[in-house]
Amino acid sequence: MPHALSSLPAKDFGYEEAGHLLRRAGFGGTPPQILALSNMGLNEAVDHLLLWERVPDNSSATAFRSDIMYPLEQSQRQRIQRARRDGDETTLEEFRNARQARQREDRRQIRDMQSWWLERLVETPRPLLEKLTLFWHGHFATGYRAVEDSWHMMLQNDMFRANAGGNFKNDLVHGIIRDPAMIKYLNNNQNTKQAPNENLARELMELFTLGVGNGYTENDIKDGARALTGLNYRDDEFAFNQRNHDSSGKRIFGRSGQFDGADFVELIFQRPSAAWFTPWKLHRYFVDDSMQTDGDIKKAVNRMSRTFKQHNWEVRPMLRELFRSKWFYEPVNRRSLIKSPVQLTVEAIRSLNTPARSISRLNQACGIMGQELFHPPSVKGWEGGRKWINTSTLFVRENLLLYLMTGRDPGAKSWESGSGGWSAEPIIAHLRGLPGRDEPADIVTYLSRLTLGFSPTDGRLEQWITLARDREPINNETLIQLLSLMTASPEYQLC
Amino acid sequence: MTERTPWTRRHFLQRGTAFASLATTAPLFIQQASRAMSLPTHSLLTSLAGVPQDHVLVVVQLGGGNDGLNTVVPYGSAEYYKKRPRIAIAAPGGGNDAALTIPGADGLGLHPAFSGMRELMDDGVGCIVQGIGYPNPNRSHFSSMDIWHTADTNGRDNGWIGRYFDNSCGGTPIPTAGISLGNAAPLAMQGDQSMPVSFETPDLYRWMGEDLGDDIGRTYRTMPLRSAAGEDDNLAFLKRTTMDAQLSSDQVRKAAAMSPLVQWPGGDLATQLRMVAAMIRSNMPTRVYYVTLGGFDTHANQQGSHQRLLRQVGDSLLAFNKELKAQDNDGRVLTMVFSEFGRRVGENGSGGTDHGTAAPMYLVGPMVKPGVLGTHPSLSRLDNGDLQHTADFRQVYAAVLKNWMGADPDVILRKHWNPAPVLR
Repeated sequence: MPHALSSLPAKDFGYEEAGHLLRRAGFGGTPPQILALSNMGLNEAVDHLLLWERVPDNSSATAFRSDIMYPLEQSQRQRIQRARRDGDETTLEEFRNARQARQREDRRQIRDMQSWWLERLVETPRPLLEKLTLFWHGHFATGYRAVEDSWHMMLQNDMFRANAGGNFKNDLVHGIIRDPAMIKYLNNNQNTKQAPNENLARELMELFTLGVGNGYTENDIKDGARALTGLNYRDDEFAFNQRNHDSSGKRIFGRSGQFDGADFVELIFQRPSAAWFTPWKLHRYFVDDSMQTDGDIKKAVNRMSRTFKQHNWEVRPMLRELFRSKWFYEPVNRRSLIKSPVQLTVEAIRSLNTPARSISRLNQACGIMGQELFHPPSVKGWEGGRKWINTSTLFVRENLLLYLMTGRDPGAKSWESGSGGWSAEPIIAHLRGLPGRDEPADIVTYLSRLTLGFSPTDGRLEQWITLARDREPINNETLIQLLSLMTASPEYQLC
Repeated sequence: MTERTPWTRRHFLQRGTAFASLATTAPLFIQQASRAMSLPTHSLLTSLAGVPQDHVLVVVQLGGGNDGLNTVVPYGSAEYYKKRPRIAIAAPGGGNDAALTIPGADGLGLHPAFSGMRELMDDGVGCIVQGIGYPNPNRSHFSSMDIWHTADTNGRDNGWIGRYFDNSCGGTPIPTAGISLGNAAPLAMQGDQSMPVSFETPDLYRWMGEDLGDDIGRTYRTMPLRSAAGEDDNLAFLKRTTMDAQLSSDQVRKAAAMSPLVQWPGGDLATQLRMVAAMIRSNMPTRVYYVTLGGFDTHANQQGSHQRLLRQVGDSLLAFNKELKAQDNDGRVLTMVFSEFGRRVGENGSGGTDHGTAAPMYLVGPMVKPGVLGTHPSLSRLDNGDLQHTADFRQVYAAVLKNWMGADPDVILRKHWNPAPVLR
């Protein structure tokens, strides 16, 4: 019985489909990498990306400090109290200065962490793992500015990576209400029996599981918040504070009981929308970034939702079905997603094999384009899609490609000439080896298909060929000029 | 419309805007303008060239926490001199380093380097709004800045100006409705649908590939950007935005190339405001400009650095106002200056001041009520060594939104705030 996510016939999985899969379930790759994936066949190719444990990962362990923002010891706190009482400004100032120095150090560390992650995204042999980690970062959006503890941001990032393909309910949602960074970010450390704070309860339903207005009332939020009281952290670990917990009766979704935080999560997953909202967001991330919820999209998400529930909230079976489906490879879903800033940056480096240049510069560029790692703009995360694009981010996107290919920093006063050490020659090496195939028309057509996935029929191809002919024999500088024009085409923003 | 030839940017310019509304490839802001022409003027967000009720807001952010007490000096207060034995500004008449008087404000003066502000007040176009803050003040630069940007005391919302754009232009943002100068888009300007155009210098607001060769630039600029009528997929959207980008890049850079009409001082802030004035002069459809100056986090030996900063702020605001006057645009432009917090009342042991709370805001333009407005916070009734605010910054936002931008502040600020009586 065919359904909305019926499998693509194995014979229909060729080079183009493998390229699509690698861009969507990863960050693209070079033609040899795409070819290798295509040779695996559909099912094996999907599992190669999805069962990432099979792929060895030798990336080095992180070396970040956990103690920068450690709370003061009791003796220090007592000294402050004494100084306050005695009006001892010198001591108070000493502590203030020390605190500011630690905050500066911590802000330096979060920048190092941004670079570490971006480098990992560029280098990883497990692209889908990182892509999902980025998805969960946006889904359970937590911003460093309010957390003010880089180590807690890293612990959360580790949690997302460890559970990226795990169980959504058991690992991720139960995990996030016990996560120090999230507890701080959504003020659950201030959510007490005496003074409940609804922030986490509301977002838990609105943004993390059910979707805004999907099957809960203001009273569910109020009593849900009471269920979450006492969920706190001490130092770097979750800590349940019994004294602050409200253990009296609550009424949530029409059910009564002395619910605690874990019960509240279990109750949420009995709501029908829990099976729909996150699959829909994953569908937006991987297939169609419009905000639509009807038509073919509805059918596809309904099927995802069914599989999600059938497999007891496991993420991978749902994604496996999606990545194998005919729907995923439909022409309407090819080259139709607007690349996120991270996708644009990482895919450019991975597919063209350019140098990564300065990672901190790339981080800055991602920030200007609207996606600074560890700094989602609000608890809603990054909306994505067309929201990424305006006239200034578009120029930054185009100029970023120039920077990667030429090494010319758009911020620098003057540009040095030359190619910044990158050679585009390897991209067309196979054409050079074929007598009669290294004509300008062939080279241009190949580069266009490589960057845009097609040969424009609106006159652009002819423009580029004319330009290439004017420059024969085509050298590295010309190749870079051509690639610059192609990557400045609107189509390059799509994946 | 069954136009067959590729509709390039140049082609588009030659044909003017008359055809624009007929084709889906028309740049967003041209479409918006032509649609807006048929609407009653009160619903306009777009500025239409030559329409006098085009109001512009310029936000000046002083980053780091400006020391309000040494900017607007309460020289009439003995507490002030007691708490700041080393860094207090002397009462007027006490030599070159003494405070400037403010006519009509007893016991209050201006830092001597802030003479630009005094001149603006003398001209009847400058006002000081005293004691601005918010409850439970946050002393972290980042958190407090987020609070000011979001107008939410948790700092967890999107930007208040972004929400203004979201609510005012019916989901079709004009590409250059909000422009921020600097290398990052301020949170204040980010809405659900709106993201500001931001660039450090106009020269970076363009495709750098043009520098690879004349013919490369030409090829880029004649790139066919046509898509079939009625198409609104992501590609059609990207094509439109590409065309918008090319057009507005030309506008911005043309504006930047104009020579100013008056003398300008040096410094970062003056450079940014000069650019803003040029864009206003060239009739950009921009409603909000955002500029920033940092360096106000004066923890140690603040006298020299604070003096240089205030000189820069005052002189730049003054030059900006003169430039706008020379353009005959001053009546269209309200400038609002804020900082994320003031500083503690007592100086610290290093000849500086630490993070504090309430501080004044400054408004400039012929539409403001000139002089010193509001109530100065008490220097004797402190909260743990800090001033207690006498008005909320959202009351000032509400006044600007309601009385200047013609928007409903309750919707944009998500709560009712009584507009502060700061505008005429």
